[in-house]
Amino acid sequence: MAYLVQLQKQFDDYRASLFNEGFLDDQFEQLQQLQDESNPDFVVEVVSLFFQDSERLLNELATSLDQQNTDYRKVDAHVHQLKGSSSSIGAQRVQRVCIAFRNFCEEQNTEGCLKCLQQVKHEYTLVKNKLETLFKVSN
Amino acid sequence: MESGSSSSSSKVLMENIVDQPHVLAVDDNVIDRKLVEKLLQNSSCRVTTAENGPRALEFLGLGDHRHNALEGNVSKVNLIITDYCMPGMTGYDLLKKIKESSVMKEVPVVIMSSENVPTRINKCLEEGAQMFMIKPLKQSDIKRLRCHLMNSRS
Repeated sequence: MAYLVQLQKQFDDYRASLFNEGFLDDQFEQLQQLQDESNPDFVVEVVSLFFQDSERLLNELATSLDQQNTDYRKVDAHVHQLKGSSSSIGAQRVQRVCIAFRNFCEEQNTEGCLKCLQQVKHEYTLVKNKLETLFKVSN
Repeated sequence: MESGSSSSSSKVLMENIVDQPHVLAVDDNVIDRKLVEKLLQNSSCRVTTAENGPRALEFLGLGDHRHNALEGNVSKVNLIITDYCMPGMTGYDLLKKIKESSVMKEVPVVIMSSENVPTRINKCLEEGAQMFMIKPLKQSDIKRLRCHLMNSRS
């Protein structure tokens, strides 16, 4: 019994750390509040969609920035999408990088964009791992 | 005569809004579509989603292949909520098309955007948008939306 209490505490602490470290923000709480008996897998479904969509966008971004004549409007459109999705699920750090990324797009700054792409990939991978852990532990 | 017909259609809309409004939600982002759908369903709305303006217009019977207005498209939808930034036809463009339609112009349209741009907001409100909401949407936003719609009908 004490073991279960300990596990629960570990889970709660882990979850709290994701918020404290800025990986997730209040919007993620909003998602959890939307989940109910009629749709008990809602959060997992939305987050899975986020993973799929983000991976697609990151690939598109890598391709777009690899062109001879980068179409910055296209790059910006993809970053805008990623910014939107990450904001909607509460992936705060990903969203923040997207904001900086968009500024570089506006300036047509290739180096800045490439740096942001690396950064956003990094932040995305981090939040993905953390969310996957969270879901594994909660099941 | 005009006020007579609009008050009876308002009454129908009001009744539907009170019970189970049918909402058409338009957004090119798959995550946002799922989110807005759930938010609306949690508020007892029936939801149809569309991923862009042209598809939304098709559903409303205002597309290229126009449906007969007598097929009852007016009663199909009680509210349209659309994202502003969409490739091709923006939410603003969609709003204009709806307001230009004699069949659909009474249906309230709400615009959503992740960007808080006053000129954009004013432009939409001037074109006849009922409300402008900032994303990401929360349950409290949908509550506020339903209150606003009920008040504007009385």
